[in-house]
Amino acid sequence: MTVTGTMESAATRISGPIVTASGMYAAQMYEVVQVGSLGLVGEVVRLVGDYATIQVYEDTTMLKPGAPVRCTGVPLSVWLGPGLVGNIYDGIQRPLPGIQASSGAWIRRGEKVDPLDTERRWTFEPLVRSGEVVTAGQAIGQVAETPLVNHLIMVPPDVSGTIQSIVDKGDYRLIDRLAVVETTMGMRDLTMVQQWPVRVPRPIRERLRITEPLITGQRIIDTFFPIGKGGAAAIPGGFGTGKTITQHQLAKWSNADIVVFIGCGERGNEMTEVLREFPELKDPRSGRPLMERTILIANTSNMPVAAREVSIYTGITLAEYYRDMGLSVAVFADSTSRWAEALRELAARLEEMPAEEGFPASLPTRLAQFYERGGTVTTLGGTQASVSIVGAVSPPGGDFSEPVTQHTRRFVRCFWALDTELANARHYPSIHWLHSYSEYVEDVGPWWKKEAPDWVDLRTEALTLLQREERLQQIVKLVGPDVLPDGQRLVLFIAEIMKDGFLAQSSFDENDMYCTPERQVALLRIILTLYHRGRDLIEGGVPLARIRSLGCVPQILRAKSAFSNTELEKLTELAQRITEETEALAKEFTKEAT
Amino acid sequence: MDTTFEVEDRGLQYVGASRIEGPLVVVERIRDVGYDEVVEILDAAGHPRLGRVLDVSGNQAVIQVLEGTTGLSNKTLHTRFLGESFRVPVSRQMLGRVFDGLGRPADGGSPPLSADRRDVNGMPINPYARRYPREFIQTGLSAIDGMNALVRGQKLPVFSGNGLPHDRVSAQIIRQACLLEEEVKFSIVFAAMGVKHDVAEFFIRNLRDSGALSRAIMFFSLADAPSVERLLTPRVALTMAEYLAFDCGQHVLVLLTDMTNYCESLREVGTARGEIPGRKGYPGYLYSDLASIYERAGRIEGSPGSITQMAILTMPADDISHPVPDLTGYITEGQIVLDRDLFQRGIYPPIAGLPSLSRLMKDGVGKGYTRDDHPILASQLFACYAYVKRVRGLADVIGEGELSSLDRQYLEFGEAFETRFLKQDEYENRSIETTLNLGWDVLSTLPRDELHRVSDALLEKYYHESEGTPVHEAPPQGSVSG
Repeated sequence: MTVTGTMESAATRISGPIVTASGMYAAQMYEVVQVGSLGLVGEVVRLVGDYATIQVYEDTTMLKPGAPVRCTGVPLSVWLGPGLVGNIYDGIQRPLPGIQASSGAWIRRGEKVDPLDTERRWTFEPLVRSGEVVTAGQAIGQVAETPLVNHLIMVPPDVSGTIQSIVDKGDYRLIDRLAVVETTMGMRDLTMVQQWPVRVPRPIRERLRITEPLITGQRIIDTFFPIGKGGAAAIPGGFGTGKTITQHQLAKWSNADIVVFIGCGERGNEMTEVLREFPELKDPRSGRPLMERTILIANTSNMPVAAREVSIYTGITLAEYYRDMGLSVAVFADSTSRWAEALRELAARLEEMPAEEGFPASLPTRLAQFYERGGTVTTLGGTQASVSIVGAVSPPGGDFSEPVTQHTRRFVRCFWALDTELANARHYPSIHWLHSYSEYVEDVGPWWKKEAPDWVDLRTEALTLLQREERLQQIVKLVGPDVLPDGQRLVLFIAEIMKDGFLAQSSFDENDMYCTPERQVALLRIILTLYHRGRDLIEGGVPLARIRSLGCVPQILRAKSAFSNTELEKLTELAQRITEETEALAKEFTKEAT
Repeated sequence: MDTTFEVEDRGLQYVGASRIEGPLVVVERIRDVGYDEVVEILDAAGHPRLGRVLDVSGNQAVIQVLEGTTGLSNKTLHTRFLGESFRVPVSRQMLGRVFDGLGRPADGGSPPLSADRRDVNGMPINPYARRYPREFIQTGLSAIDGMNALVRGQKLPVFSGNGLPHDRVSAQIIRQACLLEEEVKFSIVFAAMGVKHDVAEFFIRNLRDSGALSRAIMFFSLADAPSVERLLTPRVALTMAEYLAFDCGQHVLVLLTDMTNYCESLREVGTARGEIPGRKGYPGYLYSDLASIYERAGRIEGSPGSITQMAILTMPADDISHPVPDLTGYITEGQIVLDRDLFQRGIYPPIAGLPSLSRLMKDGVGKGYTRDDHPILASQLFACYAYVKRVRGLADVIGEGELSSLDRQYLEFGEAFETRFLKQDEYENRSIETTLNLGWDVLSTLPRDELHRVSDALLEKYYHESEGTPVHEAPPQGSVSG
């Protein structure tokens, strides 16, 4: 590391988070600098001759022209190593518990805390022997970071060569030398920690096709609008539509190995809620606390705006690092609109020419770069792994035609549109079944076929039914439901059941909050069985009112919360009951007819 | 006018300015000036005005004058930089007093004596150090307690419109707000931005009549005060609130009214600086700026106190998608929306059933907090009322006579919900028990099978056929406090 800054580097202008400094002829773009006597952390975003424009991640109050500026020679980087999981960081990877320990409940300026605990000892177990040839991304050893995460210590992406020496199994600190690699460029020491610049994607071997869904346990998502492992999805919705709750649900129940949750410009209490809830909730697959696979990035709305801009990159870099170990990682960013607003705010301070609604013209490029860091890949280490990205979007006024929503749509293949009317009726998740879509249906179809051969048919029939209902509702709005023939009113009736008994899912109900794929299919099958039977009955002259008052109807509506994931046989019994009751009804009417 | 700033005179005064425009003054050839530093500007007659540095470069500072630029001249103006950012004194002795928008006495009293002077911008609360708000606050209003319950440490704004009774509703909340078990009274910090004198007078009178004035601090930047001053008023008030809550351990209820005026001042300054405007001319950083106010609420580890925030804002043309209510709603933990239709039909408080929301309600109600049936009851009421809205739309088209009997029952439910559950007297303080029982009373006007969200056990316990004699005495009126 060379220090390029000179003694003459000094601030010349301060305007909010943007500082101009002179004497910066040797500075690089996106290099980290320290400003003023407090050493406020900033990043060089523009170089003009001897002058550099710096975006400062901390409050600049009382900073004066003439304040010293120190260059560090390195771009903004994160520390990657054991100890990330279960931690909570701000946008520039300062650990919030560490900040609390040194400055109390408030975040003071100029706090400097190492992202990872350099004193803690981890049990390292080597996986290679000296003399072996290692390549970039190959694991040289492993550390049990949490009971859920086996952390591979990998050869950094720019290193390959022959292991000269490697330590035995034992307890080591992050900064202890574990191995020496002889490379063409000389000897390199390997430790448990490596650094990586956040704005640069970590290298991979190749991208792969998405074939497996990310199971979220949420019925409307998994069954109707699935996201693939390695896919990207957007959740747009006005305020109060439940973006954050939906994101929390996904972060809790997704079958990813690692979850990175980025609270970007959102509420402080929401992060507190995650911190309070996740250690208590158990992962449905392993039974371990969810916090043991979660990393939180919290740059809340009142924290400095420049750090909000970078928080997204910090989060995705951590995700890529765990992906490189061969894990499937899910990134939840709440909300990308706040991130885009940070871009806008900084661009305005830099006096850039604005494009749509004041956003910089580079907005679509930046969004694309972010979402493209997801994907299913073969890692440098040769294993298959994925990063899935789910970004919340907060369109002003709930209007989806605004730039962030529109541009996001171009780069995601899964769109879960939240609807204010559904939210007002407290129908959660308020994902609208007609405005949402997923392009991953084709990709994950084969996986589902193995799970349930009739998945594609059930899904198509259910969506068609909901679509028909929407059209019929238009008529109902004009003339009322009573003039419709029973066959059409049956559609309305079944759609109602589907909404209440399948699409609406409580995030608080013990049995309902997480629904396994088998149970999702079973529930849907039951509802459609009632539909098919009902259709036959009505053709046979049975009035709809009789079908409505069947004893099984309230049971279908409550099935989602009455039975747990392991009580699939109860659903089989319910299906049986539907058959019996409808058959009895049919008999009654054939008798009358004859 | 006395200033509360007792900063050592550095003796350095700059004479003259190069430019005066709107609320901004540009002073040249300065040295050793910090960003956001407080400035005192003397006009020709020698009267001081306060200002803040918005932008500083080698030899030039852009100053925002908080008390207006009327009468200032490029030639005669004197500028003194006070060497620190904007600070206000804080002390417990300030309770019961009235201050202007910048924290100077407005009640004729002496300036508060306190060595403890705080930066009005505060510092962000570390999310890791926050404690999650959980304690239910009983406001005595069924529409809030039953369906949009407030918890201690929450920020819940009131979205209103001109001519709607937001002042009466918030005064009633201030009067009645209490916790269920503890006899703790809230300390009240009140900040008025750009409201009329009679509104200020209404709140002072209300607080005095209810005996709350001695535990209230009021900051008034009224409609005739310079608009830029308003940018500091909520920050001054919140600095005080943070002191009371986290240093003195009190439970503080902060009332900010009217945030729309605050945002307009922000727009005024932004325009004067030639910034690129965002939606409706508001600056692009409106969200971050509002967040720096609203996020100063909550509870923190290591302190028994709390800040609960209620911001009142009037939606221009009742438009909830206007940038001010829109961005507010994205930051706050829900919103109470007042509805003109309800108000015109004589329903007070006219709290709209569907768009109102409390995000923290789920954690502060139910078993162990209020009553086991509370969350389900609220959810069912919401669902049924949403259906009522649809039926009403239908009835408008085809006429009530054409509706099915079930739909007609829903209309009756809607009527009962609005006139018995929502509507109450301005001085009626309903206990949560009363509110919940009333909720079941109105739900019981519907057939039992319609209540899909309620479990059989709860139905057994609380549902009662409306035809027969109600289990609970017909609309309990609750205790009426004076």
